[in-house]
Amino acid sequence: MSEPGLGAEDAFFSFPGNPLVVNGVSARVPRGGLAGILGPNGSGKTTLLRLLGGLLRPSSGRIVLDGVDLQAIPRAQIARRIAVVPQETQLAFEYTVLEMATMGRYPHLGAFEVEGPDDLEIARDALRATGTDHLALRPFNTLSGGEKQRVVIAAALAQKPDILLLDEPTASLDLAYQLEVRSILQTLNREQNLTIVVSTHDLNFAAGLCRDLVLLHQGRVLAAGTTEAMLEPALIRKLYKVDVDIAANPRTGHITVVPLSRVSEPSHHP
Amino acid sequence: MNIARRIAVTWLVFGVAALLVCVAAPLVGSTSIDFWRVFDSSVPFADNTDAQIFFVARLPRVLAGALVGSTLAASGVVLQALLRNPLATPFTLGVSAGAALGAMLALTLDVPSGIAGFSAVPIASFAGSLGAVGIVYGLARARRRGLSTNVLLLAGVTLNSFFSALILFVQFLSDFTQTFRTVRWLMGDLDVSSYAPLLAAAPPIALSFAAFAVLPRRMNLLSVSDESAASRGVDVHRTQRLAFLSASLATGAAVSLGGPIGFIGIVVPHLIRLMVGADHRLVLPASAFGGAAFLVACDTISRTALAPLEVPVGVVTAIIGGPFFLWLLIRNR
Repeated sequence: MSEPGLGAEDAFFSFPGNPLVVNGVSARVPRGGLAGILGPNGSGKTTLLRLLGGLLRPSSGRIVLDGVDLQAIPRAQIARRIAVVPQETQLAFEYTVLEMATMGRYPHLGAFEVEGPDDLEIARDALRATGTDHLALRPFNTLSGGEKQRVVIAAALAQKPDILLLDEPTASLDLAYQLEVRSILQTLNREQNLTIVVSTHDLNFAAGLCRDLVLLHQGRVLAAGTTEAMLEPALIRKLYKVDVDIAANPRTGHITVVPLSRVSEPSHHP
Repeated sequence: MNIARRIAVTWLVFGVAALLVCVAAPLVGSTSIDFWRVFDSSVPFADNTDAQIFFVARLPRVLAGALVGSTLAASGVVLQALLRNPLATPFTLGVSAGAALGAMLALTLDVPSGIAGFSAVPIASFAGSLGAVGIVYGLARARRRGLSTNVLLLAGVTLNSFFSALILFVQFLSDFTQTFRTVRWLMGDLDVSSYAPLLAAAPPIALSFAAFAVLPRRMNLLSVSDESAASRGVDVHRTQRLAFLSASLATGAAVSLGGPIGFIGIVVPHLIRLMVGADHRLVLPASAFGGAAFLVACDTISRTALAPLEVPVGVVTAIIGGPFFLWLLIRNR
């Protein structure tokens, strides 16, 4: 029961007046795990991720961090354990990259405390870990999409969390940046034992990054298990309504998913 | 640079600048007075005309300008962070329209005298602003647990138009003098000739500034996004409520003292951000001091430019602020 890790136990959630978005999900990632929540658009991935991060409260069921109900843990204490990287960040004001990263120190400071040299060093380290240290004094709004995403990840790292949750981290990135984000996340997981959960609809990104996958379909868990076991034509056909070909790439060793055709749904076209 | 040092330097530089303007402004006027004679302690106050002009005739007005300018600029900063919109002003959410409606009713109905020695117009205007805040706040909370900033913005803008229409309607029915007095009030006016109105406006403003003191770091996080603020441990709903209510209360008190003086709440924060960056721990105090200096300077122009005629200070801030703001806009692109 009190194994270290983060999990949902029969969690339900809906926005007022709407059908259930998360419909009885149980899933967990162990300490040091690297897991993906995979599913088509509108399957409830983002909502599940926000439940796991404590940004939303399940209407029933619970979110459990190391055996403790998340609702019993004060907000600031959760923030010292779990960091969340949102899908997109647009700023109304001209913060610099270093200021953005330094904001990650918030949960570690008292109400009137000011970031000291140690905090700035942690923020700098986080920027170095994501390869954005050279941008420190640039206004955040002048960066490219890929640079922004890495800076936001750095700000989350400056929180010094054990668990990093990322919502569609590559949604707006081109191929080179996707690979870069993937390698940053893999390094963090390997070298700092950071537990990582990403939500994504991108099969090949999930295949190249995650060790375990939860397949989410209409707010329910379709299947969960190792990436090899989950990336299987029959499951993907159910999940995405698409026929795929799956092969291990001889050079990377990763599973590669090649979409072939959309499954026609005879029931919808009588 | 070290963040604590930057904050200290900002307070010092802008604080001293505001102080200098506030000391210099009362020296300027129709009767010229000498700085050294004002503070000459060898002459008793009763015989020192320069000191009397400085402290009795001019200083209350200068302090009113400092209080109002400081409040409007700081409230502008807080509301811009809350709405995540650098174009928001202290008047965006309907506070000033409510205040104007209250003031106009008191002027039109010719309420003879006030309560407990305070005159009726500021009280009515403060009450009107609180009424507007209450309506906007109620609407923004009605549909969900938190404070919907979208509803806040739309309700504020709508209330502004609605109250303006009511004001126009009552003016349409009023006679010339009443209409003139209302229009004059809407132009903004710091014609304060004693310390009493200052003391009346000070408590709500002091209360709001105490709330402002805990906001800057949370405003940094909130202005990135609600979600990222929440994921770092900020109580988003409580911070939004505190920001909205404190900025509105302060604005209501400032407007009841000086009328709806425009442009300060947007020009000053913008100018300050160009100087100190976006960190609200620097922007908020610098704007508070900068707003005080800006309005006192504008009011000095309004007293002296066409002397003995007084140009309404709201007209001066708009005439100086408008083109200046446009210049900032093009310069930045």
